[in-house]
Amino acid sequence: MRVVAALSGGVDSAVAMARAVRAGHDVTAVHLALARDPQRQRTGSRGCCSIEDSMDARRAAAKFDVPFYVWDLSEEFSEAVIDDFIAEYEAGRTPNPCLRCNERIKFAALLDRAMALGFDAVATGHYARIVSGPTGPELHRAVDEAKDQSYVLGVLTAAQVAHSMFPLGDSTKPEVRAEAAALGISVAAKPDSHDICFIPDGDTAGWLRRQVGEKPGDIVDAESGDILGQHRGTHTVTVGQRRGLGLDRARADQAPRYVVGVQPSSNTVFVGTAGLLSVRTIIGSKPSWAGPMPTEPVECLVQIRAHAPAVPAWATVLGAEVLVELADPLRSVAPGQSMVLYAGSRVIGQATIDATRP
Amino acid sequence: MTAYLDYAATAPMRPAAVEAWQELAGPALNPASLHRSGRRASMVLEDSREQIAGFLGVTPSEVVFTSGGTEANIIGMTGLFRRRERPRILVGATEHKVVLDTADTLGAEVTRIPVDSAGRIDPGLLAELLTDDVALVAIMAANNEVGTVNDLVGIAQVCAQAGVPWHCDAVQWPATQHLPAVPMDTLAISAHKVGGPVGVGALVVRRGLDLPIYSAGGTQEGGIRSGTVDVAGVAAFAAALTAIDYLAEVPRIAALRDDLQQRILAAIPDVIVNGVDADRLASHLHVTFPGCEGDALLMLLDAAGVEVSTGSACTVGIPQPSHVLLAMGAEPAAARGSIRFSLGWASTAADVDAAAAAIGSAVDRARLAGSVRMALR
Repeated sequence: MRVVAALSGGVDSAVAMARAVRAGHDVTAVHLALARDPQRQRTGSRGCCSIEDSMDARRAAAKFDVPFYVWDLSEEFSEAVIDDFIAEYEAGRTPNPCLRCNERIKFAALLDRAMALGFDAVATGHYARIVSGPTGPELHRAVDEAKDQSYVLGVLTAAQVAHSMFPLGDSTKPEVRAEAAALGISVAAKPDSHDICFIPDGDTAGWLRRQVGEKPGDIVDAESGDILGQHRGTHTVTVGQRRGLGLDRARADQAPRYVVGVQPSSNTVFVGTAGLLSVRTIIGSKPSWAGPMPTEPVECLVQIRAHAPAVPAWATVLGAEVLVELADPLRSVAPGQSMVLYAGSRVIGQATIDATRP
Repeated sequence: MTAYLDYAATAPMRPAAVEAWQELAGPALNPASLHRSGRRASMVLEDSREQIAGFLGVTPSEVVFTSGGTEANIIGMTGLFRRRERPRILVGATEHKVVLDTADTLGAEVTRIPVDSAGRIDPGLLAELLTDDVALVAIMAANNEVGTVNDLVGIAQVCAQAGVPWHCDAVQWPATQHLPAVPMDTLAISAHKVGGPVGVGALVVRRGLDLPIYSAGGTQEGGIRSGTVDVAGVAAFAAALTAIDYLAEVPRIAALRDDLQQRILAAIPDVIVNGVDADRLASHLHVTFPGCEGDALLMLLDAAGVEVSTGSACTVGIPQPSHVLLAMGAEPAAARGSIRFSLGWASTAADVDAAAAAIGSAVDRARLAGSVRMALR
């Protein structure tokens, strides 16, 4: 197959590319320039798309005699991911930009362009597996549970899955690093990137403050209606948050208070005890399906955050919405996040968390 | 098998240049040393300087060797700017990035001289811009992207009349044109564009122009540019220049270029050939392909073994719209949807055949990808 290997400059995508080459595919490497004005060098393990990263990507491709190009998707990224990130926070939701990037850039803009240019698939260094199933290719968790990235890939449609390759899914991270070292890939020891790639210093709160400003408003007790303090903007807190609220006074029974919801229209943050955080039903919108859409209620596992465990639930598709009923209550379910539905290790699909019920 | 059509970026080394270089590679060659080995090196250096000066129609003391065309441009502009104590530099809008950036880094007030739709500068317009706060004018002999040639006589007249020195980037010129006997004050040329080695160039500094020291050190090259001169490289440069047979090579290159142009127009009638109505270097064919992204075309042609350039400035491989085309009045989409084919001394009909064969399907695919991109915006 003719494959575009998306190279970030990190070790995972480099080894993924090498595996695609070894498997006999006709590979072309592409580094996505997503930053409008990239830093010259990587700072620590945050950030991405620095010029140093693009040079690392170029070197990795050269090592395997793979043609290498840089595609500028910085404008698309800015609109589809960064602007969306800000808009979601302003609307009182907690977005996951990595999901948006996969949904709209890596497996959309990049994949569409690749296919228009005659390629068959995009290969990335994500830790996930594609397995042949009775209804077609299936997206599954990776073998390395700690590194599994099927959650952020949960937003892929069946068509996108059909044109994706994840060569690292059946390896552990240490195995991948060892392979990189054995192959002489110079970034074998490069630290992994984490946090949000377009916020290189990791200070999301500070970044949002600069983008959205401060919009002070009331922090209100969800049960009594008392005003307990001031917040600096509904975008500065997230559901389930306990620290940094600056409340005037503690409860008489000393029970901690958590953010249980925000209301951007009135610029109010609601707090309450742990009990109020507890959720048994989640309603999601804008679903996507990695395989056939379930037409009957389906018993599944649902994961409501990138680093949360998947828990048992029943999911029912109701038109454009998905109703998820949890076997046991969950806390800190934040609107705007994705809930990814699994059948065992297989990704069924996902929906954006809209509302929750106790 | 690859077809190389990117001579404007660099040319393969001529056999005479390779030979000259190989002969000298090895022994200790510092032309500044006073002993016999040094004198031998110095002799080779000065022989080469004489040859190159003769080729350019100047005297040997007017030739300063540099590390290439880029450095020659920087030294020429810097020297002229520093000797004048006037704040302004006029640069052509289509100058190479090194010239544009050097004007900025010198801290000068920079005025860009507009060009016509073929990329040429009108000497009359230049005359109007020559106010008495101008330290120097930087105008290239021929454009590296599109290949159009400036009115060198007209520009020289205007500058002489105003008493303002003219720095000329002539890097693209000597490959296919004899340099005219035109009084540019400083002139930059590059070895690897004519089939010499990378890493060597020359700056011509007219007699009487007292350029201040550019780089301090061992005071080589008349004190202007310090550093041990690459004697083998310079000898190879001289060999390359003297190997050029304009009478034999240029008509052949022009014929190949014209043939490629015709075949592209026949295959894809709605393309735009840039600069076709003006005087062009025989080597250049710059084409805008409507509906295509230049970088997609480049990639598709590369995959087909046809090596060309988008000719636009690249920052770490990210294509930018060509400032040259934008200055010529092109829309940004056109400025990003163009390819530069450039031929030279070793180009053959087979190269043209390969390019003509690959271009049709490459354009079809690139148009498909281009429409995808449009849909996303």
